[in-house]
Amino acid sequence: MFEFTDDQLALQAMVRQFAQEELAPNALDWDERKHFPVDVLHRAGELGMGAIYVDEEFGGSGLTRCDAAMIFEELAHADPTISAYISIHNMVTWMIDTYGDRQQRARWVPVLADMGVLSSYCLTEPGVGSDAAALTTRAVRDGDHYVINGTKQFISGAGVSGIYLVMVRTQDTGHAGISTIVVEEGTPGLSFGPEEKKMGWHAQPTRQVVFENVRVPVANRLGAEGAGFGIAMSGLNGGRLNIGACSIGGGQAALDKSVDYLKERTAFGGPLINQQSILFQLADMEIELVTARTLLWRAADALDRGADDAVKLCAIAKKVATDAGFTVANAAIQLHGGYGYLTEYGLEKIARDLRVHQILEGSNEIMRLIVGRIVAEE
Amino acid sequence: MKLIVLVKEVPDTYGDRKLNLETGLADRGASEAVLDEISERALEAALTYADANPGTEVVALAAAPAGSVSTVRKALGMGADRAIHVADEALAGADIVLTAQVLAAAIKRDGFDLVISGNVSTDGSGGMVPAAIAEYLEVPQLTGLSEIEITDSKVSGTRPIDGGAQRVSAQLPAVVSITEAFPDPRFPSFKGIMAAKKKPFETVSLADLGVRADDPEVARSIMLSIAEKPPREAGIKIVDDGEAGKDLADFLLKNRLA
Ligand SMILES: Cc1cc2nc3c(=O)[nH]c(=O)nc-3n(C[C@H](O)[C@H](O)[C@H](O)COP(=O)(O)OP(=O)(O)OC[C@H]3O[C@@H](n4cnc5c(N)ncnc54)[C@H](O)[C@@H]3O)c2cc1C
Repeated sequence: MFEFTDDQLALQAMVRQFAQEELAPNALDWDERKHFPVDVLHRAGELGMGAIYVDEEFGGSGLTRCDAAMIFEELAHADPTISAYISIHNMVTWMIDTYGDRQQRARWVPVLADMGVLSSYCLTEPGVGSDAAALTTRAVRDGDHYVINGTKQFISGAGVSGIYLVMVRTQDTGHAGISTIVVEEGTPGLSFGPEEKKMGWHAQPTRQVVFENVRVPVANRLGAEGAGFGIAMSGLNGGRLNIGACSIGGGQAALDKSVDYLKERTAFGGPLINQQSILFQLADMEIELVTARTLLWRAADALDRGADDAVKLCAIAKKVATDAGFTVANAAIQLHGGYGYLTEYGLEKIARDLRVHQILEGSNEIMRLIVGRIVAEE
Repeated sequence: MKLIVLVKEVPDTYGDRKLNLETGLADRGASEAVLDEISERALEAALTYADANPGTEVVALAAAPAGSVSTVRKALGMGADRAIHVADEALAGADIVLTAQVLAAAIKRDGFDLVISGNVSTDGSGGMVPAAIAEYLEVPQLTGLSEIEITDSKVSGTRPIDGGAQRVSAQLPAVVSITEAFPDPRFPSFKGIMAAKKKPFETVSLADLGVRADDPEVARSIMLSIAEKPPREAGIKIVDDGEAGKDLADFLLKNRLA
């Protein structure tokens, strides 16, 4: 479990080459221009990155969660924003493949797998974030259709995605009254808010998704009516690992840049890396990242095995990894002095991008809530 | 149609490339080993043809140390149908003629319609192996192509030369080598990588091919001495005091660079 197999090394070599050639040279430019590179995402999809841990039957790559963690880390080393978007897209593809019936899978998984069509995960609302079970977007049954009304907030990829996986209220029974429905782009009544201006993640759009009497066939519902909250949460277990891996990749890039820089930068009569306190700082960064990565692989392994403690381990790994990534990126800015604050050096972007990983896919406070509740029950 | 693509493992050009001064061999530990990019382009040319022509067989052929399996397997990940890996300790330090003799023997043993190779590897930079293979196989060779067209019975292409371009063609079977002008190679997909280990991978020795590395009848090149590349000297700095243009022109003329 702690040593990559030959297959994993070959996968890693390919993803690294793809990330370093297709993402890394453009990351700062996309960030500055707020450009969402759908063409590059499509190429990533053709290599299998749109459905990494999805069954092969309808076009998934059939890899493991451990493979996925390694893949997202490599992608994020080049650009955390793009890696994180691919992570969200994989979450949606996996949910449709796992909870959809054969028709739904045959219809949506192939186009999502090659990322010819992008997707969005729509849970959060303007008034409801952490307490997701309180969501209010409503789907009312009308014959063999649902009519959806409500607003989703902070939706990644919105406006560009072709498929929206929406958590809606079908009954007023708390989390037991939530269902999951696929809404396709172009459905009358579906519209989007303006692109949010934000701290990081500039290379992917975040918008409101607005539903005004949106009619979708009942056949677009995944799983049973009322099963939506469980579906949404099970998608997030993997999502948490992926976003954690994105943080580790970004943090590793920041550490690698720091080591190179401190060997070159001289002060007080020699390269800065010779200062012991700086060496200790680099050691702390490495310790944070290795700790997080080790834990993340353990959680990924637990999810692959369907272990009882998978939910807890995913929550722990998400918190540890996203905190580690941001801490390391922030420390890297400090180690670069004034240059760390300049956009050109790429470090402030990593810190801006990684900051949101502590907030989304369940905030790190919610991770503690999950772990605390499990501990109290045990 | 059966295409054999020559694929070579080389030290990554991004790393330090070193020679071992005692043995005269490339120091394989000094940098990461990768599939030569020109080999990947040759493979891309073969795969592009195979994509458009079902029933085409693409075989990757490498002469490389036994430890090079994962590099050779990358060719399978990209889409080659099977691989032949000639691995034999007697091949360490093989010269161009021996390398060509061995590869030609492997090609003949397997049978082929067309051999596709890069024109020159990024490590040895000899650029003679494809031509020598064609001689051993006694088939026509089209070297240094910037474009290729393959039909059932013929291969043709464009070969850039000083001040022009030649249109060349040959009947199959034949050997061609291609240049950097060919399209970028594809990445192996996840599926390709996972399928690669299930594809046939044959390892053969010199004995299997009936080739003797120390055949006294065959001339071999022998390396007599080896020296480290001299350190680079500092260049000349021309400061513009109004005469820089002239100084620059003088420099170029003096060094026959103009
Ligand atoms: C750039 C970006 C992209 C996003 N993409 C998506 C997306 O694609 N799809 C989607 O559905 N959502 C998305 N989100 C939404 C994100 O998941 C939420 O912002 C997050 O879940 C937090 O919800 P909230 O913002 O409503 O904060 P709130 O829930 O209002 O929380 C405010 C603060 O209180 C803390 N808090 C809340 N409850 C508790 C508690 N019980 N105990 C202790 N502390 C608590 C929180 O941790 C937080 O610090 C995105 C957000 C951003 C910023």
